[in-house]
Amino acid sequence: MESVLGRYRNLIILVGVLFLQVLGLAMQVKRGASTTEEKDTRLIRIWAVGAISPFERGLVWIQNGTGNIWHNYFYLRGVRAENRQLKEQIEQMRLEQVRLTEDATQAHRLQSLLAFKEQYISKTVAAQVIGSSGSDLSRVIYIDKGEKSGIKRDMAVITAEGVVGKVLLVYPNEAQVLLISDQSSGVGAILEKSRLQGVIRGTANGEIVLEKVMSDEQVQPGESVLTSGGDRIFPKGMPIGTVTKAGPGKDLFLNIKIKPTANLSRLEEVLVLIEKQERQPVAEDNVRVRASDILAQRLPSVPIKPAVDPNAPPSAVPGAAKPAAAPTTGTTTGVSAQKTLPTTGTTVAPTQKTSVSGVPATKPPNAASPQQGINRGTTPVPLRPPVTSTTTTTPLTTPKPKILEDPLTPKPEGAQPEPPIIEQKPATPPTAPPNSQPPNEDNSPQ
Amino acid sequence: MRTTALNNVPITYTSNEQVEVYRFSIPVTIGVPLLALFLQAFVPLRFPRFGVYVDLPLLVTIFFAMARRSPIAGLLTGAFIGLAQDMLGHNPIGIYGISKTIVGYGASSLGVKLDVENAGARFLVTLGFYLIHSAVYFTVARGMVNMTQTWSWLHGLLAGLANAVIGVFLYFILDRFKQRT
Repeated sequence: MESVLGRYRNLIILVGVLFLQVLGLAMQVKRGASTTEEKDTRLIRIWAVGAISPFERGLVWIQNGTGNIWHNYFYLRGVRAENRQLKEQIEQMRLEQVRLTEDATQAHRLQSLLAFKEQYISKTVAAQVIGSSGSDLSRVIYIDKGEKSGIKRDMAVITAEGVVGKVLLVYPNEAQVLLISDQSSGVGAILEKSRLQGVIRGTANGEIVLEKVMSDEQVQPGESVLTSGGDRIFPKGMPIGTVTKAGPGKDLFLNIKIKPTANLSRLEEVLVLIEKQERQPVAEDNVRVRASDILAQRLPSVPIKPAVDPNAPPSAVPGAAKPAAAPTTGTTTGVSAQKTLPTTGTTVAPTQKTSVSGVPATKPPNAASPQQGINRGTTPVPLRPPVTSTTTTTPLTTPKPKILEDPLTPKPEGAQPEPPIIEQKPATPPTAPPNSQPPNEDNSPQ
Repeated sequence: MRTTALNNVPITYTSNEQVEVYRFSIPVTIGVPLLALFLQAFVPLRFPRFGVYVDLPLLVTIFFAMARRSPIAGLLTGAFIGLAQDMLGHNPIGIYGISKTIVGYGASSLGVKLDVENAGARFLVTLGFYLIHSAVYFTVARGMVNMTQTWSWLHGLLAGLANAVIGVFLYFILDRFKQRT
């Protein structure tokens, strides 16, 4: 017996070690099928990650440090050209932003009408990629933020380009992120134009495919794929990738290959969405009007002469009674302008009085030049010469627009550009003082 | 008399050096596998193809197993390195462990019988064991864990060749840490 054990000792030990591993594997598979948590294997994974990650952190730190020194102090070739290019890009994006803001406002109103709920990304944590599994059979990465930074399991991980993956395991100072290119991943997706829904999955060779799209549907290469929000992990509308190939697949479904927008093989920094808010969009009751529309209204057209009460006291005509009441600083935005000219429907330069139709009224002695109809600091807006009219004040019941942003006001450097939108309040009940005029009912543009 | 005759039968080896059994210092025994695991996890961040084609922990397993020429030491080395590699991924722990245990056992058993000190033998041994490793991994992953795996001979051969080339150079570097018993 002893000789048999001695003779086959190596083989017996091999079988024993293999048996133990197979047993452990079987237990994990069985528990994995019943529960999603990996509590049993968590401890030894922590040990392994704890042994490797300090070196990875150190190397990433050294690499970033030397990279920063090189890029910030030595290698500055082409920075001026790039700066000029970026400025041009900013200008284009500002124009685009104005358009998109209008669309977003409209969308908010519609969503509010339909009582939709929206998801907002309210808080993110930036993290650095410090490692990977090192195997193409397990497409995961490690980031340098973990439980202590508020990261939890199943949180979405993104970059500016698009979706990266979700948090799979969380350690105190690190977290494991499952990439969308892994075979076991799944992301609810929707095609941007055709609005077809499916599931994004990884394949064994690292490709990404869109599954569960019926074969009788038409999908064109080049179409963008967005998150559908159906998986309750990724907010709706985030870019995932672009269709590169669409053809018949197995069963009744199409085989759609996707090229991810985020470069999954060269990730350096990622964002973890640690907080999402779901709320109903609030539609503002105020009617938003473009600044250009208001300016157009200010241009004199055929003035409609309102009825003037001959018994009205002179104080009701601020242009005549209080010419110096308005400040001469040219401040026209916000509430202050409305306070100085409480009866004017539009916010114009306090140095001039306006008629009902927006034509400048009589010029006070300290007023600006006629060509500076709207005094906005250094940027004059050419208007017609002032017309000395008999128009008086605008009634208090007319809408009072509140300028949120004056497009012509020079902005300080570094100020964030905002779309030139003017918020116009609806008509309010008359709150005029006793000596004021009765409400004007001509609805003339202000 | 008969026993004496049996004891006098000379044991033949393919080379004189094969009778040499090497050992390694503790820092090398622990540090080299850890470094291999670290590089395997870190290098793919900068060179994504590295993770697809190269398996440094496997090369280290083969090297230690062949140098020690002890099947038990070889299989244990393979088991530990494989399990550590499993821990870095998200798949169940044990798939790499089983694969590398078999490779470690096989490499050390082969090291007893063959001259594995020259570059040509090392190249072929590494290529062969890479394919065995991939086959075992594929079998376990698909048969036990029910993972979706596709076998590609082309990928296997390319990766095997890449590992063999890298292995030949790596073994020459690691030869410096050998200590004769």
